[in-house]
Parts: sequence; C-alpha cells; structure tokens
Amino acid sequence: MSEIAFLLNGTPVRVAGEAPTRTLLDFLRETKGLTGTKEGCNEGDCGACTVMVTDAAGTRALNACILFLPQVQGKAVRTVEGLCGPQGALHPVQTAMVDHHGSQCGFCTPGFCVSMAVGHLQGRRDHDTVLAGNLCRCTGYAPIIRAAKAAESAPVPDWMTTDAFNVAQISSGGAGGEAPPLGFSPRSVDELADWYQANPDATLIAGATDVGLWVTKQLRELPKPTFLNGIAEMARIERQGDSLRVGAGVTVEALREAVAPLHPSFAEMLRRFASLQVRNAATIGGNIANGSPIGDAPPALIALGATLHLRQGGTRRELPLEAFFLDYRKQDRRPGEFVEAVTIPAHAPALRIYKLSKRFDQDISAACGGFNVVLNDGKVQSARIAFGGMAGIPKRAAATEAALVNQPWNLATIAAAREAMAQDFTPLSDMRASAAYRLTAAQNMLTRYFHDLAGHPVSVLEVAP
Amino acid sequence: MTMGKPLPHDSAPLHVTGQARYADDVPLPAGALHLAFGLSSCAHGTITGMDLAAVRAAPGVVAVFSAEDWPKGFGEMPDCSPSVLDEPLLAVGRVHYIGQPVFLVVADSHLAARKAARLGRVAYDELPALLTVDDALAANSRFEQGPVIWAKGDAAGAIARAPHVLEGTFEVGGQEHFYLEGQVALALPAEDGGVNVISSTQHPTEIQHKVAHALHLPMSAVRVETRRMGGGFGGKESQGNALAIACALAARATGRPCKMRYDRDDDMMITGKRHDLRIRYRVGHDAEGRISGIEFTHLFRCGWSQDLSLPVADRAMLHADNCYHLPDIRIESHRLKTNTQSATAYRGFGGPQGIVGIERVIDHVAHATGREPLEVRLLNFYRSNGTGGPGSGTRFGGPHSPANSQPQTTPFHMEMEDFIGHELVAELEKTSNYLARKAEIAAWNSTNPILKRGIALVPVKFGISFTLTWLNQAGALVHVYQDGSVMLNHGGTEMGQGLNQKVAQVVADVFGLEAAAVKITATDTAKVPNTSATAASSGSDLNGMAARAAAETIRGRMADFIADKHQTKAASVRFEAGLVKLAGEHYAFAQVAAWAYQARISLSSTGYYATPKITWDRVKGRGRPFLYFAYGAAVTEVVLDTLTGENRMLRVDILHDTGTSLNPALDIGQVEGAFVQGAGWLTTEELVWNGKGGLTTHAPSTYKIPACSDRPPVFNVALWGKPNREDTVGKSKAVGEPPFNLGISALMALSDAVAACGDGSAYVALDAPATAERVLMAVRRQQGNV
Repeated sequence: MSEIAFLLNGTPVRVAGEAPTRTLLDFLRETKGLTGTKEGCNEGDCGACTVMVTDAAGTRALNACILFLPQVQGKAVRTVEGLCGPQGALHPVQTAMVDHHGSQCGFCTPGFCVSMAVGHLQGRRDHDTVLAGNLCRCTGYAPIIRAAKAAESAPVPDWMTTDAFNVAQISSGGAGGEAPPLGFSPRSVDELADWYQANPDATLIAGATDVGLWVTKQLRELPKPTFLNGIAEMARIERQGDSLRVGAGVTVEALREAVAPLHPSFAEMLRRFASLQVRNAATIGGNIANGSPIGDAPPALIALGATLHLRQGGTRRELPLEAFFLDYRKQDRRPGEFVEAVTIPAHAPALRIYKLSKRFDQDISAACGGFNVVLNDGKVQSARIAFGGMAGIPKRAAATEAALVNQPWNLATIAAAREAMAQDFTPLSDMRASAAYRLTAAQNMLTRYFHDLAGHPVSVLEVAP
Repeated sequence: MTMGKPLPHDSAPLHVTGQARYADDVPLPAGALHLAFGLSSCAHGTITGMDLAAVRAAPGVVAVFSAEDWPKGFGEMPDCSPSVLDEPLLAVGRVHYIGQPVFLVVADSHLAARKAARLGRVAYDELPALLTVDDALAANSRFEQGPVIWAKGDAAGAIARAPHVLEGTFEVGGQEHFYLEGQVALALPAEDGGVNVISSTQHPTEIQHKVAHALHLPMSAVRVETRRMGGGFGGKESQGNALAIACALAARATGRPCKMRYDRDDDMMITGKRHDLRIRYRVGHDAEGRISGIEFTHLFRCGWSQDLSLPVADRAMLHADNCYHLPDIRIESHRLKTNTQSATAYRGFGGPQGIVGIERVIDHVAHATGREPLEVRLLNFYRSNGTGGPGSGTRFGGPHSPANSQPQTTPFHMEMEDFIGHELVAELEKTSNYLARKAEIAAWNSTNPILKRGIALVPVKFGISFTLTWLNQAGALVHVYQDGSVMLNHGGTEMGQGLNQKVAQVVADVFGLEAAAVKITATDTAKVPNTSATAASSGSDLNGMAARAAAETIRGRMADFIADKHQTKAASVRFEAGLVKLAGEHYAFAQVAAWAYQARISLSSTGYYATPKITWDRVKGRGRPFLYFAYGAAVTEVVLDTLTGENRMLRVDILHDTGTSLNPALDIGQVEGAFVQGAGWLTTEELVWNGKGGLTTHAPSTYKIPACSDRPPVFNVALWGKPNREDTVGKSKAVGEPPFNLGISALMALSDAVAACGDGSAYVALDAPATAERVLMAVRRQQGNV
C-alpha cells in the first residue's frame, strides 16, 4: 500500500510518501498543524496525545504518539479540534471542563477531553477507568471527575455520530503513484502466513504499544514493517465448547470484556492492564509474542491453562502457553512463525489474579500472580500458579504447586507452599521493587489467595470510604 | 466586585478546544532548525575523546557543537546556572553526572536531531562518583564551606534537661516535576544581532539575562516571551536556561530560527528534581509530649551544581518548626555535592522537607508518650495572637496556650503575629469528625486482620516572600485604549495557576469592569523589565499589587479628567459595572476613555510593588524573611494491605487559608492539586538511581505520579476565608505552595495504619516515599518479622 486514506475530523485525508513508522501524532502536529494534540511522553503513558478513532468495531480512544499512520487506514480520526460542533459549539465535556475548572495548565486537557468524549459517546460512568491513561499534574483530578459526572446526562451531540456512518465510505488505501509503500498490510491470515514465511525478518506490528516505543524511544529502523490491523479474522473471539478461542489480533480491552462474565478476577486485572488507550490498541497476540517477563496477561493465562496456537506458513502447532516462554526474551517461536490465537478455558471458579505495582492504574507490575486451585473434599486436587515479574519469563510455580497438591486446604499447607515458592523464584531488584519484596509479596499473595477464597476482605480497592 | 468571583481560568475555553498555544505549538518560520543534546553516560569522569563524525554525517544534521569544537566567535562556553557560574552549557573536559549535555546537534527536524545525538562516541576516564549522602559526607563534598547552622536558645541544654529524649533518622525522597509539557525554547534571530526567545519558563528575565550573557549582548537586545507553560512547579525556574541558550547560540551560528524541546526521557535525565535528604533529629520532651529542645540535621543531596540549592535548603530550615513553638532549637544544614542531576526548585522550595521533618518528630513523640498525635500537636502549637494581632488586646486564644503576653518567636527570631492554627484546626477537627473516626477506625482494625486503616491530622504554616529579599518586587503595564478596552501585562508567568485571571480580576475591579474586559497578554521582557521568577507562591501577591497600582494610576487620571469636566472632585467619581459615575451622571467606561484620549490624557501606566516589612540576615539566620504565613490543615484516612503494603487514600478533608480569596474556584483548584501532588511525593513517586549513578526512573512508565484513581474518593476542600492581616492585594494570601504540604498527612496516616499492625512497642519510622514495598517492610517490623 503506497497511500492510505482516513477521515480526519470528518474530512477525507490521503497520505503518501510518508515513512510507515511516522506516528499519527507527528503527522497531526507537524504536517497538519493540528497542535491541540500534545506530546507529553511519546510512549503512551500520559494520554496528552489521545485521539478518537472510529471504525466498524466502534469508537476508541488511542494514543497518537505510538500509532503509526498505516494503523489508521480506513478509519475516522477525531482530534480535540474535532470535538467542537459547527460554528465552534463546545462538546458537553468541554463545557463541563470549563464550568468545573477541570483545566489548569491545560496541556493534558485536550487528551482528557477526547477520552471523556469517547466515554460520553459510550455512556460510560466508570470515569476512573476511562481516564486512567490520562495524567494530570495540576488539578489532582477532582474537578475533572466533577466535569465528567456533570456531562453524563447531556445528550451526545449530532456531530459526534457522523464518523461511524462516514467511515464506511472511505476508500481503501490506493496505489499512491510513485510513492514508496507504507509497509505491508496483509488482509488475511493466509496472506500474513505466506509473507512472514518468506520474510521472517519482517517486523509484525499489531497495536504498536510496544513496537511504537522501539521507534519513538529507541529510534530504531524497523525492517519490513508489517501491519496486522487489517486482518479481521485474527480479531475474533469464538466460543468452542468449554473454552474461548481468542485470535491474536483481539485487543486486550476486547478480551477484558469477553472474560468479564467468566473470570471476573482476570477481567479486573485486565482493567488495570496499562490504560484504556493502550488496551484499545494492544493485542493479546502481541502481549504474548513479545515475551515480556512481566506480561500481565501471560501469568493469568498460564494459571488458567491456556493453549497457544502458532503458525508458520501452512504449518500449525499448539503448546501450553508456559512452554512458549523459554528464557529472558526468548520464546519457542521459529523463523516466520507467529501467534495465531490462544485458547482459554471458560471455567475456573477459583481463579484469582493479583497485580502488584507502585501505582494501581496504568503501571507495570512489580509482580503479578495467577492462582487457580481445584479443591475436592477439603484437599487440593490440582493447582496452577504462575507469576510475572518473578523470573526472566512468565513462569509457573512448580514447587509451590507440588507443595499444595493432595494437601488439605489450610494455612499449614499454605505455609509449606510459601516455603516452596523460594525454590521457584529468584527475582531481581529493579526500579519497581527489590528482590526481597517481590518474593515476600508473592508468598503473601498465596496467603491472600487462601483468605480471598474464604471470603475475607483482602483488597484495599474494595474498602469503601 | 470582580475580585473574589469564582471565575474559570481565562484560558479554559482555549484549553478544552486545543487552541491554547504552548511554545512547541508556535508555527515555525521556514528553515527552522531543531536541537538535541548528546548526554554523558558517565557519572564522573574526564572526557578523553569525542568522536562525533557519525553525528555530523547523520541525515539532516546542520551543525554539531562541543567544548572541543566550539566556534571561536562564541567566546567561552556559556554558563546556565541561576546562581554561580558552575554549569557550562556543554561539559568542558569533565562530566559530573549521567545525563549532562556533552555535545549539541542542530538538525533540520526534531527527530533527525534526536537520532544523530545517539551516534556520538565519547570516551571517559572514570573518576570516583559520589552518589549518596554518605558518599558526599565521607568526601566532604559540599557547597559552602561547611554546614549552615542556625540556633535559638540552647537546644543541647534543653535536651539534657528533658525527662525524655528521642532520636531518629528519616529518609525523604526527591520528586520529579513531571510538568506535562517538557522543557522547550525557540530562538528567532533579530535583524540587528539580537534575538527573540519564546521559552516555557517561570523566569523570562533569567532567560533574557543568561542568553544575553551567552551572546555577549546587552539585555536590551534579547527579548523573551512566555504566554503559558504546560506546568512548571519550580522545574521551569532555572532548568530552561540551557535550552534557550543553546537555541540562541545555534540561531546566531546558522542565522536560522532554532527550537529545542527535550524528549521526556531526556528531560528527566537532564533536569533537576526536588531535593531528597536525610533528616536526623534529637528531641527532648516531657511526659505529655511538650517539646523543650530539638536538634535537626538536614543532609541535602544537591547534585552536581549549586543551582538554587542554598535557598532551598535555607527554606527547609525556615520551616523546621511548622506550627510548633520550639524554644530551644539548633538546625544544621549540609548542602552536599553529588554526581547526580542538580536538584532544583520544586513547589515548596525546601519548605516541605522542613515541615515533614518536624511532623515526623511529632509522630514519634506521640508514639513515645502514648498520646493522641493531635493533642501533642496542639500542645506544641504557637500561641494564637487573636484576631487583632499584637497590641490589639490581651486575648490569647487556644485552650492549650498559657496566658502570656511575651510574643513567641520562630527559630529564626521572627515574632509570630498571625498564627491561626488553633482556630483552623478546631474547625477542621469538627467538620472532619477526626477524633470520632479515629475511634471507629480502631474498632474496624480490631476485626480486620489483613487490611488496616489509619488517619492523621496535619497542620501547615508556610512563610510567604522570597527569602532573597530583593526578589520581592514586581512590575506591570496597563493600557486603556480609546475604545475602552484594557490590556494587561505583568511580570508573572502563567503555568496553570490562574495568575493572569486573578490579576485581571484585580485590574477589572479597579476600573469597575468585568474580568473578561481585560485582555491578558503574554509575559514579555520588552513590556515589563527586571521581573522575578513566578515562584515562592508570590505571583498574585506581587503582580496583583503592581497591576493594581498601574490601573489605579490610569483610573486616577480618568477620574481627574471627568471630574474636572464636571467641576467636581475626583474622589467622588466611581467606576462601577462598566460605568463611570459622578454628579448624577453615568457614562460608559469606553466613552470616558475616548474623551480622555481626545483630551490628550495618557491612558497607559506602569505599576510597581515592593513587599514591605521584610528583612533577613541569612548568615545569622535572623529577621523577618516573610511578610506573613499561610495556614492550612488536612485530615487524611488511608487503608493498607498487610500482605503486600498496597495502600490508598479513602477520604481527605482540608481547610486551607488563602485569606480573602481573589478567586475561590482557582484557589480550591490549587489546594486540591497541591495536595495530590504532595501525597504523590511521599507515596508512589520514587526516583531510583542505579549503582553507577544512572537514573532508572526517567519516564512515566517507571516514575509514577498519581493517576486519576489515586485521588481520594471523598475529597472535601474548604477555604478558611478570613482576611490576611497584612495589606496584600484584596487581603488575599498566596496559595501555590502552602497546600502542597498538606500531602504530609497521607504519610502520617500511613504511619498510623502501620502502627495498627503491631503491639505498639516499636515506632513505625516509615521513610518516604512510602511505596507499597516500604509500607510492607514497616508492617513486617511491627509484626516482629524482620
């Protein structure tokens, strides 16, 4: 594809001759002069660059700083400048932000307004979650939340509903004349499989929430950027008997919604997985394939007993997710092989996921533990326990599990399993936590799990003021 | 009256629509260039070689500068320091911290400059790096000859005589400003060798001064403009100098406009942060918790250059008493030089570090005496002087204060004239129901083995004025045009605090107009000269008074003119509701302005203000450094998890003193924001350096300022609302920094919750920031597990 087409604040835009890793933020600010969208961190952590993106799947807030231009092909992008209606009428969230003194220095404000407008469009009331990816250093957030609440009852302005209609009219990306291609964008899994087998050095880009930083922070040149966002069949979740088959292109936010009725504790951890903007872009396939030692979804999925589906050309294989992670940043993935899907058991009533981080929302875990025991007649029939942040990979706690299985479910068994955990993990010290804290807290999570299953209050997030 | 109205921020409609223009949003002239620094990867070392060939050869690179390759016409390497000449723009021969600018790239795009800057190869002979307080103490590496010591009375004797003595050590972390808008400057060459600079700075005059010095120009040849900043918090008082100087030099070298903005990681690696420190204390007290003698040692880690560390550390000493009368006190302050970022101004400017020290002591004394911390606080409070101040009568309020007419003095010998802590805290205790809730929490804790709650009430007293006395001055420029419209300009800068709106309200009030009728313009060194930094919470106090003086001069001329026309007295002319009223007649303000213009009356005036009463002898530690104090108090309730140390605030109640508020909406916004920022300092915001001296928390992915859900879910903020006894603008009080200190209540509430995890025999001694990890370790100490 040499040219991409999208709607920008309702107006069709065609882009050719750009680097495929040019970010939407730079394009907006430098090429289009739309300077309302701000750069605060250039890594997707502050939300000052939040834009509204609409496609057939709906409207989402995304961070423009780690969004490459080919990722918005065929979509409608709305910036803060596009929140106002004809003749400059303010959007209800903009009015409320003025009335409730929600801006001070104003630099984060455009990003907040866009996130709030998306939440408003969707009738959301969980403002802390909607705004977890927008940092403000001035207000202490109180007036922003007052504004968000005040705008709840205002009707959605007419002009906010046009993107969903007009986006269907956007032409597909064109040839773009002599312009060099903006990367490769396969339209089907088969096309991807063939391409990747022939080009195993290609860079697969799904949500770009990690790859984006390779460009914006590490300033790397990406070989053969290959964009997966056009492969609709990879973004599906299918119920298959007692399990869910989740395509690699499913976003973390879509996964959260899908697992909420089945695994509420997993869904709550996913609610704290990065921020809404990041979850709206990040895919489960990317989260697994990038092999982060922390991961957040992998320890939960390992505890669940998830199966990973890999594909290389026409060859498919599957393996337990824990077997995929071999060593620090080293996975059991062959050249040209990619993650196609992950299958998750739909039933695990005792599943609990505990995420421990310096800050509750939008933080990377110091340690994240997944616990899944099956009890039978007061004894532990089976146990799957896995941690992120405790080793070079997301890892099962084999010794801990062994200390639990066939033992009576009581605090004495927990004490023995806590001891065993020291054999499972030799964590590192870094800026997030010390090794000693990681191990102690992980052991304590086991104690928490016992009390949690017994129905005792164990979460500070559930204490009412 | 326009003053006192809760008007929105003047730029709010621009903020919410993305139209508010920040320095990086200014459209660039054709041919503009972009700059980036190459940074030191060595904490302390001699530069033995620099290979910049790849940098020069990188796409888009126009020029590369380093100390070795410095244009002859530029003279010596320019200095960026706001205090002493110890901060070369680029390292000369030696590097002093990881992140220090070593070379400068000029390229045709921001991205090209950043990419090229990564290609430099610099070789170092490593020297021993002093990274910690202990390293610096051992090497006697410090600013000034030795520690600064201020004393009142005989602390050692009082401690020796005291029935009980406690001592302790307290580590307090630093804080990254995390202004959402990073540092940025833009220099446009002027036709006559001068330069126009647009800078995101709290101190345009300092930028002007440093750029003029670097270019060997008179200050008159450099014009600096600042419309607004995307947050400052002290981080743009001196830290913008390097960017502006670099841009000005590159603009001169190339003849093209030059812009520089730090990528976030560069910003956090290069610029200074709040000073971290270790506080040692020794305190003598009686069985009730009354403090007789106290000794503090402050060990400040100042980083590699002096910057503003001396006045910051001074202000910590000046706030070592907080609200407490400490008759015999000795404070020893070490300003240690280390191979780390040069710590700089940050909201409170050392004051919070001083206050958190004495609050820690009070918490410790309360534990030792087994008394309710609030009782210990009140027992040690300064006496009230009543509402009228000294000489107004004999009423000394406060149930815990002995009747005594001898004025109490601060540790720096300033008479306490305006202490309102007793009344304010009594009111807050009532509205927050602190004592009753404390009992409820104890009951709740007894039935919850895993989760524990805690609560604390912390008062604050904060001194208002620059301690460098000559900075307490301001200028303003007001024009009334012949159509009656008003333009306002003053020396203060807008960083989100709503300063411009407050000053516009003051000016509008003088003319009897609505605030919206006053046009606010960018801070500009060509309009108002010789300004002080917008810092020390002084913005509205100083600039509001200066602008009022300017407006009153013009109003006086208009009144004289119209009174003369009606053959009446100027004093009878009133400016109200957009009208000028006299002798039974009403004229539109614009009409009078037009007539005055035609009558050749000047409708433009400067205004000037210098803070009265203040005197300060820094060497002796004596005088009246502050015109007045601002007060406040907060009650914070928290809950923690004894298994992980995770914790959060549940409810916060604040009563804060901004005198007669110029704008209660803006003041409440300052209080809410300052509290959350202060709580962040002491809880989740942890700066981590590795063993080589490299900062490992240099982006929001690793440095965690409070997010939306970290604010207290119940957050009650009220203003005290009584007039300042000093003659400030509208009887208001400064608001920027004082409420930051209210965040200390979050740390003390955590201390209370941790204490509930043990049998009470050991003091909690919780260091800051109280991350989940530190809280868990403190819980384990309480449980006897460590």
